[in-house]
Amino acid sequence: MTHAFYIVTAYAVTAAVVLSLIAWTFFDGRARRRELAELDAKGLRRRGTAAPGGAPSP
Amino acid sequence: MTESLAIRKFSDLANPTCFLALAERVLPWLAALCCVLLAVGLFLSFTTEGDYQQGDTVRIMYIHVPAAWLSMMCYSVMALSAIGTLVWRHPLADVSHKAAAPLGAAFTLIALVTGSLWGKPMWGTWWVWDARLTSVFILFLMYLGLIALNRSMDDPSRAARVSAVLILVGFVNIPIIKFSVDWWNTLHQPASVIRLDGPTIDPEFLWPLLIMAVAFTLLFFCLHIMAMRNEIWRRRVATQRRLAARMAGRGD
Amino acid sequence: MTALLLRDLKLSIRAGGGALIGILFFLTVVAVIPFGVGPDLNLLARIGPAIVWIGALLAALLGLDRMFQTDRDDGSLDLLLMQEPPLVLTVLVKCLAHWIANVLPLVIASPLLGLFMNMNEVAIGAAMLTLFVGSPALTLIGAVGAAVAVTLPRGGLLVSILVLPLCIPVLIFGVSATYAAVEDPAPFLPPFLILTAITMFFAVLGPVGAALALRNAGD
Repeated sequence: MTHAFYIVTAYAVTAAVVLSLIAWTFFDGRARRRELAELDAKGLRRRGTAAPGGAPSP
Repeated sequence: MTESLAIRKFSDLANPTCFLALAERVLPWLAALCCVLLAVGLFLSFTTEGDYQQGDTVRIMYIHVPAAWLSMMCYSVMALSAIGTLVWRHPLADVSHKAAAPLGAAFTLIALVTGSLWGKPMWGTWWVWDARLTSVFILFLMYLGLIALNRSMDDPSRAARVSAVLILVGFVNIPIIKFSVDWWNTLHQPASVIRLDGPTIDPEFLWPLLIMAVAFTLLFFCLHIMAMRNEIWRRRVATQRRLAARMAGRGD
Repeated sequence: MTALLLRDLKLSIRAGGGALIGILFFLTVVAVIPFGVGPDLNLLARIGPAIVWIGALLAALLGLDRMFQTDRDDGSLDLLLMQEPPLVLTVLVKCLAHWIANVLPLVIASPLLGLFMNMNEVAIGAAMLTLFVGSPALTLIGAVGAAVAVTLPRGGLLVSILVLPLCIPVLIFGVSATYAAVEDPAPFLPPFLILTAITMFFAVLGPVGAALALRNAGD
């Protein structure tokens, strides 16, 4: 292949950027899910059932 | 104000939940299709023969052109979401354009880097100030500015509305910028897909290019849906923490 | 509206010379260039119009973040938002006041800097004319940025980052019109008329965008 260096670098950069994007989105999602689960475990519900005094859960 | 706020909060509960359910169902299929297409596209782009003029560097085009296409499509998606934010005050639209901005910046970066890597063997230089490169670079700067703006505001719904205004102003500006940069450098390259091999584009190049373009588009939508989902979760965590703090403060 | 214009003008003149700082900044930027590129008069004459334009662009961005922030701090922004006349018009008047107080002095100072850059008379005149026509567009685009960042405590730098890419067309046509006036083959009028058109266009888009952002940025 001619210009193999440029082609390989281009594909490598693309792969790196795309993979880091995927990894970031994925791990971000996992962390958020874990946080939600933790809050759930503490008994904080989303649907306002745990909010006495008529305060609607926003 | 309080009433509209209540309504917004109400739809906030209803709509993103539907979205999450839908995302849960759609995402695996979308991701699988994207992987298959990406594999096929990559296979094709490495097995087809090189162009007689560009040599093997034409293979860079198979990722460069889809990335450049996405960089523009992403801004259009953001502009549509911005209209959704400003006109209908739709909470999903807020989430959508916030989640799209980093993706757009990433794909624009890919387009710039691969373009530069293509330009070095073809034009003999890493960077030329030709019209298209320059406009894409300005687009990149606009993405980064939008991300910076979104990061600098605490209140997510206000940040969304304000950056929606900026997205729309930028969107209206893009043709002007394009036109002025063309004027500034009339030595620009003629238009995109057709220009690759002239009007008689060989199907041998067209197929991998099209498949890669579709694969990249699917990749974008996968990531976009995932990022939107993360953002919705992030907001839920924030509201629940706030609620918890309020309840703790009240002494419940 | 006239009252608002006069009030804004008085405020900006009284409030410790925003215009003076702008001119000083403009002067300093332009004066630093020869130290960077060397004292070659021919080279300076060649890049002079571009330098003057870039200096003016940067100096025009300098005071932008204060455009609505001072009003927000003393609460008069809420009054402006509730006022009878449409907000778009109010924003346009505020832009005008800001332009007269902060940018017009730059236009007036530009011939002096043109002399520093060894530009000839035609080039100086052309630079001044294009600045006069083009700089309102900078203020009008900047108004959007200022409105967007109005709630941010330290929005100044962010405003510049957001606004600069949108200012590129103005810069391109301003500089190319100036060059066209000096170099013979290129016609002066087309870029100049396009520059005028851009200013007109932003006279609509800028206030509309800024008004929209101001309405949405409120608490």
